[in-house]
Amino acid sequence: MIYFDNVSKHYSDGRASGLEEITFQVDPKEFVSIVGHSGAGKTTLLKMIIAEDKPSSGSVFYESLNIHRIPRSKLPSYRRKIGTIFQDFKLLPHKTAYENVAFAMEANGRSDQEIAENVPQALALVDLEDKAFNFPHELSGGEKQRVAIARAIVNQPDIIIADEPTGNLDPIATYEVVQILRKINDLGTTVIMTTHNKGVIDEIERRVITMDEGRIIRDDASGKYVL
Amino acid sequence: MITGLRRVVRAGFVGFWRNAYVSLASVFVMTVALFMIGVTMFVDQLLTTSLNTIQSKVDINVYFVPDASPDEIDRLRTAVAALPDVAAVTFTSREEALEEYRNRNQNNEIALQALEELNENPLGATIAIQAKETSQYERVAQFLDEQKAQEDVSAPVIDVINFNRNKDSIDTLTAIISAVERSSLVVLIILLIAATLITFNTIRLAIYTSREEIAIMRLVGASNMFIRGPFMLQGIMYGFLAGVLTLAIFYPILIWIGPETAAFFEINLLEYFLENFRMIFLTIVGIGVALGLVSSTLAVTRYLRT
Repeated sequence: MIYFDNVSKHYSDGRASGLEEITFQVDPKEFVSIVGHSGAGKTTLLKMIIAEDKPSSGSVFYESLNIHRIPRSKLPSYRRKIGTIFQDFKLLPHKTAYENVAFAMEANGRSDQEIAENVPQALALVDLEDKAFNFPHELSGGEKQRVAIARAIVNQPDIIIADEPTGNLDPIATYEVVQILRKINDLGTTVIMTTHNKGVIDEIERRVITMDEGRIIRDDASGKYVL
Repeated sequence: MITGLRRVVRAGFVGFWRNAYVSLASVFVMTVALFMIGVTMFVDQLLTTSLNTIQSKVDINVYFVPDASPDEIDRLRTAVAALPDVAAVTFTSREEALEEYRNRNQNNEIALQALEELNENPLGATIAIQAKETSQYERVAQFLDEQKAQEDVSAPVIDVINFNRNKDSIDTLTAIISAVERSSLVVLIILLIAATLITFNTIRLAIYTSREEIAIMRLVGASNMFIRGPFMLQGIMYGFLAGVLTLAIFYPILIWIGPETAAFFEINLLEYFLENFRMIFLTIVGIGVALGLVSSTLAVTRYLRT
């Protein structure tokens, strides 16, 4: 479903960690965790998938589509196939939880009726029905991240990209977020997640890719956090 | 498409409201900018009107000899009136001239007695000619001089043409008018540029606060037009409100200074404002809306580039 073919990325100004000859494949319905120290290149790798950044050499494919050959005008429709979750949540501050989730559907051109049906469902899945009309600044970190997850899944994407989704959360919120991600994966959505958190990896018990200095150094089918 | 437009419009209004402080600040700054443009427009109107008033007081007088034939006078009058440069020709007959002389010298016994001594009317007919522009008097005078030169010496028609006497003051006035018109144009252009820059920077700052949001919208897969639309609408709203506010500020000010301008410049700015309200509204609000729209479009586009 996602295929990295010998991808390297070098930043001349050193503003982010690069990648060195990355080749791997993610199959449909997989739950892949990418672990590694800060600066190992985890976030750069995810940016390649959502076409936020271009490789210096090599190609990244989504099914048969070369992601970095997508014309700029078609990028929005490509990005709608991918749900993204970030460490800093990236919610729209002037929109309520409900509106944040609805925005993703509006941007996707869904009908008002679909929005009225699906947004409450997505919020129910992350157990936030009662906070639907709160603004982000009125929510806790865990709640914000759950809104972000609801937004990521509401368009029923083929794949969820989560960059350190638990990085800013306390242990209980972390546990909740991981449970939700597992539930989403069980429902058939591919999940690619980066994390620092050993507990999270050990709990998920799925494929783990370990990175160091821009390279993949381990790729275990049912991994433990080893560094 | 319609759904998209409706969502963009709603997002624009909601965004305006939820960013009330930023919106209000932008509207106020734009109001100041539009106010400057409005002041220039009114000052320009004052100058134009008072210059027109002065201009209308300038004319060329042709004095005919007393026994000039009425046919000849008529012919010349028609010829002058037909010139493209001429705005108006006022004819005063011999009898009217005499009447005016009598009226003017009502209290001057000697002058009246002198008139009595003569058995006939010593005054000739006159025509007063007004050109459309002061600069055109030269050509009208030239035409009159030619006419005089062609006259039969034994039966003259034109006695005196007073252009040369007025020439200096007409020239000075022409110079003043063109200088004032040119400098008010320069001031207007400078103020327009200033207003544009102020508005552009204000809106850019307002949108700068939203740059994170724009980045998030892109990541969620919103198309550029879907992101840009609400900001463009907000720019239009800033401009519209600032324009209306500007006019609302002008109204009491003009009530206050209207009578003063009427006394000094012979135009009541309040009346001018009310009579030309449609044109002034369209100009001020139109400039506001255009500035707001262009500024917001440019500012968002900056953050949409990858």
